[in-house]
Amino acid sequence: MNKKMVFYMLGRIILLEGVLLVLPATCSLIYREESFWAFLITIGIALICGGTLTLINRTKNNTIFAKEGFVIVALAWISLSAIGALPFVLGNEIPSFTDAFFETVSGFTTTGASIIPDVEACSKGMLFWRSFTHWVGGMGVLVLFMAIFPTESGRTIHIMRAEMPGPIIGKLVPKIKSTAKILYIIYIALTLTEIALLLFGGMSFYQSVIYSMGTAGTGGFVIDANGLADYTAYQQWVITIFMLIFGVNFNIYYLILMRKIRSAFKSEELWSYILIVAVAVAIITGNIYSIYGNLSDSLRNSAFQVASIISTTGYASADFNLWPNTSKAVLLLLMFIGACAGSTAGGFKVSRVVIVFKSIKAKLREMLHTRSVSSISFEGKTLDNGTISHVLSYLAIYCFCIAIIFIVISLEPFSLETNISAVVACFNNIGPGLDKVGPMSNFSAYSDFSKYVLSFAMLLGRLEIYPLILLFSPSVWKSRSVK
Amino acid sequence: MKIIVIGCGKIGVNLISSLVSEGHDVVALDKNAKLVADITNIYDVMGVCGNGADSDVLFEAGVKSADMVIAVTASDELNMLSCFIAKKMGAKNTIARIRNKEYNDNSLGFLKQELELSLCINPELLAAREIYNILKIPSAAKTEKFSVRNFEMIELKLKEDSPFVNEKIMELRSKYTAKFLICAVQRGDEAYIPDGNFILKAGDKIGVTASHAEISKLMREMGMQKSKVRNVMILGGSRIAYYLAKMLTATGNTVTIIDKNRTVCEELSQSLPKAVIVNGDAANQEILLEEGLLSQDAVVTLTGMDEENILISSFAASKNVPKVITKANREELIHLSEHWGLDCFISPKKLVADVLAQYARALQNSEGSSVETLYKLMDDKVEALEFSVRQGLSILRIPFRELKLKPNVLIAGILRNRKPIIPSGDDMLLPDDKVVILAANQKVKDLSDILK
Repeated sequence: MNKKMVFYMLGRIILLEGVLLVLPATCSLIYREESFWAFLITIGIALICGGTLTLINRTKNNTIFAKEGFVIVALAWISLSAIGALPFVLGNEIPSFTDAFFETVSGFTTTGASIIPDVEACSKGMLFWRSFTHWVGGMGVLVLFMAIFPTESGRTIHIMRAEMPGPIIGKLVPKIKSTAKILYIIYIALTLTEIALLLFGGMSFYQSVIYSMGTAGTGGFVIDANGLADYTAYQQWVITIFMLIFGVNFNIYYLILMRKIRSAFKSEELWSYILIVAVAVAIITGNIYSIYGNLSDSLRNSAFQVASIISTTGYASADFNLWPNTSKAVLLLLMFIGACAGSTAGGFKVSRVVIVFKSIKAKLREMLHTRSVSSISFEGKTLDNGTISHVLSYLAIYCFCIAIIFIVISLEPFSLETNISAVVACFNNIGPGLDKVGPMSNFSAYSDFSKYVLSFAMLLGRLEIYPLILLFSPSVWKSRSVK
Repeated sequence: MKIIVIGCGKIGVNLISSLVSEGHDVVALDKNAKLVADITNIYDVMGVCGNGADSDVLFEAGVKSADMVIAVTASDELNMLSCFIAKKMGAKNTIARIRNKEYNDNSLGFLKQELELSLCINPELLAAREIYNILKIPSAAKTEKFSVRNFEMIELKLKEDSPFVNEKIMELRSKYTAKFLICAVQRGDEAYIPDGNFILKAGDKIGVTASHAEISKLMREMGMQKSKVRNVMILGGSRIAYYLAKMLTATGNTVTIIDKNRTVCEELSQSLPKAVIVNGDAANQEILLEEGLLSQDAVVTLTGMDEENILISSFAASKNVPKVITKANREELIHLSEHWGLDCFISPKKLVADVLAQYARALQNSEGSSVETLYKLMDDKVEALEFSVRQGLSILRIPFRELKLKPNVLIAGILRNRKPIIPSGDDMLLPDDKVVILAANQKVKDLSDILK
């Protein structure tokens, strides 16, 4: 493996994080908070670490293969989280490093699971950094990296593929740099639109920026103790709609921009996504009608929660812990599905669900008509066996990982509902689970060990398992013994 | 520029690699999903899977906004059809690979006009022309011509006993009466544009520019003038062999072609009445010796297998055949076999990639200058470009000594009124000149690019 190139890229990415940290530092400076110094020290550390790594690993051989792509992505996310946790510790707002690491991983992976008991006591700079990690992590740090820096090798597609969620990663335009740029431009434009709409609805500038970044990355960190329950119906609807918008494959927005509206609306994944949302909203509205007593409130709350969970954001406009079991069951199911591939959301992805269902259907037909030949098509294209088996094996490893983490977490003295929903909510990057980790409480009760396990689960979910697993495979690190 | 390449075979991949390194936006299109996937893994291109003549597939590839569509699938007919449809759908330039003998004879002009093709390329014909040029100056490893016919650039490999070894370039000019310019040197993996103080060593590959007459003179003075090629043996009866034999027999050379396949031999004997066609295995050394390998001035290996070509060539070289030319498409094999004393290689797919890269660059230029010819030398590390100079260029009428050129850029020649000038510090560019620029390790897209 080209270790020099891996660590060189890692150094460059840490440098980028140092630059990104300037934004929360500025925010602290504007609000004249002491946390400014914590950011300044962290920027210094990031620049020194990143600078040293790039300087000592300069190499002429800049070829990277799929292997290096996976390793770069996995290491980058771990080190970004470790360095991103420093301001919380240095600013003494989250004194324990474990807690700060959990919080930052939860930020970058756009999970939104928090261990801060009283968010309203935190400084504005820290809260801004927390939500900003959502925004950057949503579209991907390495995608941002590729949009800004000139690509030195044609093979950087491996990095993009390792970071972007979904079974099939295509480019929008021939060059990876332009593709990354287009994605970020769409992302920024949508975020700004949401900020504007929230401002129009009377939210303060700071709040609208924080909530928009959280929605855009489908993260879910909140800055109010009651979540979004105290906000107006208009603001809740805006956020509901934008949560759903950020759960859609960004390729569709590109197609709309290119005026290929007809092919944009031909997307099977989009229609499946809309269908799932509509059915879930209908069931929950009916189920909770008796609690709220009127249609508008129950529709608004159920739509908000469904959007929040399926897009893996994790905001809450009501304590759905208190809802009837049917509603909770539907929400738990939505946690697994997640939103569309190529969006900022986590989860198993609608496209994979559709492909799995289609292959089950094909298999059933093969059992009835043993000689029948069937092909599975998705988005108007026939899928080859490689893609299908990749999706199926992903399903297997996905269930397997959740099972193992669930068993490890079961060592904790909490109810089964708490533990399983905590694992599912972390793995699928949603945030709040049920019972003890429900929307109105947090993860601080877990032990340090479990926090690391759950942080790992969040990274596994965000990077779609393989990069992290490969990181621990010895053959990846093998190099020639005789030099 | 946005370029769609239809067909990702050997030629397609090479072409994509060269176009991507030129900085173009490339879309790779092929029927075979595996090939497309492999290419998008290696190069920064977008892949589209499907039939290149299907308008839906072309639409998906973005043909409407494409500046160039290049069809290089294995089938001539598919290439023509794809280009025709692409043109009708709005592609600005279309280029098709057409290599069947029947299409290349008299109907090519008609096809090109009616299908509105911007360019037809025939890799085999290009390769045959290249070999023919090399055979004309057998001492050079490679010969390139610029648009004014008698200005040439040759590549020489300096052997231990060459008179150039351990000499300063400045002093060489006074030693020889021929007017020439050593414009590029490759040593190991590095390529340089040398200055006067550069000392040449054995094993260097050098590029020399001069007029045709001066090059012959230089060869004579160096004692390198090999006798003109008269007898050529061609091994493998491919399309290249056909075109090459046709050119060689037309100028009165004796040609022997050896091929395994009897039908191929029969067809060749019909179309090449003057050549000797032998049916036999070219890899069989007995046959080669029997057919007079030892009395040949040159051997050209053109079988379908790179490995076979290289082995036969090294056998011929070991029998002291004065000039051995090897066809090899795989870059890595060429590098390996340079260790075995083979120095002259022909790669049809690289020729095509070079021609099209040049074409793309000529389409791109701006500001009063345009690329007329582009050659890649020294393993692609050095480029020789010929620009035609038009009115309004900022560096007109300024003596070269006052121009601040970028490092590793050289003005290697001026062609004025069809006559070559080897430039000195007092020369300057005038409108309607053609100028040859050499640049190592960089891409020059426009004449103004050569200044600091």
